[in-house]
Amino acid sequence: MAGASKAVADSRANLPFVYRQYSAEQLKQVLYKMYLIRRFEEGAEESYTRGLIHGTMHLSIGQEASAMGICMPLGEDDQITSTHRGHGHCIAKGAEVKRMFAEFFGKTTGYCKGRGGSMHIADVAKGNLGANGIVGGGIPIAVGAALSSKMMKTGKVVVSFFGDGANNEGAFHEALNMAAVWKLPVIFVCENNGYGMSTSTARSTAVKNIADRAAAYSMPGVIVNGNIFSEVAEASYKAVERARAGEGPTLIESKTYRHRGHSKSDRNRYRTKEEIEDWMSNRDPITLFENELREFGFIDDKGIEAIRSEVAQEIADGIEFAKASPSPDVSETGNYVYTEQA
Amino acid sequence: MDAMVRELSYAQAIQEAMAIAMDMDERVFLMGEDIGVYGGAFQVTGDLVERYGTERVIDTPISELGGAGVAVGAALTGMRPIFEFQFSDFATLAMEQIVNQAAKMRFMLGGEVSVPVVMRFPAGSGTGAAAQHSQSLEAWLGHVPGLKVIQPATPYDAKGMLLAAVADPDPVMIFEHKLLYKMKGPVPEGYYTVPIDKADIRREGRDLTIVATSIMVQKALDAAATLEAEGIDVEVVDLRTIRPMDKQTVIDSVKKTSRLMCVYEAVKTLGIGAEVSAMIAESEAFDYLDAPIVRLGGAETPIPYNPELEKATVPQVPDIISAARDLVKGVR
Ligand SMILES: Cc1ncc(C[n+]2csc(CCOP(=O)(O)OP(=O)(O)O)c2C)c(N)n1
Ligand SMILES: [Mg+2]
Repeated sequence: MAGASKAVADSRANLPFVYRQYSAEQLKQVLYKMYLIRRFEEGAEESYTRGLIHGTMHLSIGQEASAMGICMPLGEDDQITSTHRGHGHCIAKGAEVKRMFAEFFGKTTGYCKGRGGSMHIADVAKGNLGANGIVGGGIPIAVGAALSSKMMKTGKVVVSFFGDGANNEGAFHEALNMAAVWKLPVIFVCENNGYGMSTSTARSTAVKNIADRAAAYSMPGVIVNGNIFSEVAEASYKAVERARAGEGPTLIESKTYRHRGHSKSDRNRYRTKEEIEDWMSNRDPITLFENELREFGFIDDKGIEAIRSEVAQEIADGIEFAKASPSPDVSETGNYVYTEQA
Repeated sequence: MDAMVRELSYAQAIQEAMAIAMDMDERVFLMGEDIGVYGGAFQVTGDLVERYGTERVIDTPISELGGAGVAVGAALTGMRPIFEFQFSDFATLAMEQIVNQAAKMRFMLGGEVSVPVVMRFPAGSGTGAAAQHSQSLEAWLGHVPGLKVIQPATPYDAKGMLLAAVADPDPVMIFEHKLLYKMKGPVPEGYYTVPIDKADIRREGRDLTIVATSIMVQKALDAAATLEAEGIDVEVVDLRTIRPMDKQTVIDSVKKTSRLMCVYEAVKTLGIGAEVSAMIAESEAFDYLDAPIVRLGGAETPIPYNPELEKATVPQVPDIISAARDLVKGVR
């Protein structure tokens, strides 16, 4: 995990967490993936506008550092449950964009064979147990996965992503309580982007910070700036260590912002243009991370350019793959309702 | 008395009904997720918050169980809440309050109380919203004594039945198919009600009775228009209310046509079609049947995301046409 050698580590002693903890190669890979998330969602949005994707989708543009930071200390065997705004989580946990595009295009090569679409995107092989159409639906499921980990002694840590809106569902409270009582290896990650659809946290939530609710369930509640990759990764790293040591759950509140509307049908009447503009131009997580990487000498402009064009290529290839893939046959409508048995 | 009749969409008709209900009775108020400044996920509440304020158009947190329960409690104690679920699928989170509390309160307390709550459920498939946002769960609630469950199929009925629901002393559950929201139709201005225990014969015919619900009513009418050209004369009964069901209208229709087909979007098994069929089998209309009863319902699967699969899981006009043809011609 510690990617940086001793000598390099000494020279970085005063830098933020991730620059001490991870190698330049690893950090460049993080930038690559942040761009991959951003361009994937832009590509999905454009494909939607062009009628290639139907239904709706919830874009996480502006929240990339949160997804990447939380997943940074996770191993491939660790698991996550995700949300309706789950494209970033999926990519951060290791999914291939071509199979995600294929899912969005409703194709058999998609992660859910065209049955799930954006709102149910998953990559079970990589430990993503699935996005969820039900707000808060994944939270108890993550606790169940953590219970499996404990009972089966697999050592897996489970992360449950959810939004600020989800913390007002009963499932959130019931799940946190059980996780704490049973000291399960689970991390609750509230990506607080200020709104559940049109309703601000101030109008929906009795506490100032979602993390304040951790006290009610006797677990650490940690607040991080969700747009600063290093801050998120550091909090996640500590929570993972705590979980693996059998000390129980942590609630991390990652404060962030979604640049786009809630879904494809949002007219943004509940927030101001100025607010959106401010987050986009002054607190963009990719820009912030890129600036740090450059400032600390981990990458130069040429390196950034190379990443951007590689990402563009991967996105273009992914869309081509999705377009060329077959659609499921209507005779197969009944598949997967039950487990096939010999 | 002749009220002006305009063309309104189904969504506009509901919105107008809610405004009239609030104008007429200050106990009426609206609750739901994003029904205020957002205007509701399907723009049904629209700008009502601007007209009635946030005291009467209340955005709840994302808390379906608690929200539904608050509406039940307010109804129990004198208010007249209209509670909007953002999608009918989320009724699953609120089942406790709907099924154990709202439905049974009056009974358990020996008639000492009433729960005049109205709940609205945007339902159904066809929007590419996949398995957790496309269900038709009306039969779940139709199974619960104490609830009334309605499925208006036109803008006219949507307004009149909502106003009847608000006036009703008991809990009324309204299932609104999402694809109907944009459907336009004639709607009179002002107050009127449509009874919530009467089916409606939307088209008279001699050869076959189609009992349809919600969006399937229009599909059945479209099918009937095609079948007419082939000399098959279809009677279309819009069931409108699934509890309490208007049995007599269906019985009389089947006695006239001697053939029955039920068309509904919800999963076929254990659904409204089973209830209507069994009701006919138990009735004097049974002796009039010239052919086995046919049910056309949703496939035995969750709603898939892929648009072609999605379409294939629920009855479409051509399915109704060919099933009706086979039924009338005696093809089994
Ligand atoms: C149980 C349930 N209630 C309501 C919805 C409709 N809905 C989908 S996302 C959403 C807002 C969720 O807000 P938040 O948890 O903050 O996540 P964000 O969208 O901000 O990422 C709502 C109300 C739903 N999908 N499930
Ligand atoms: Mg949110």
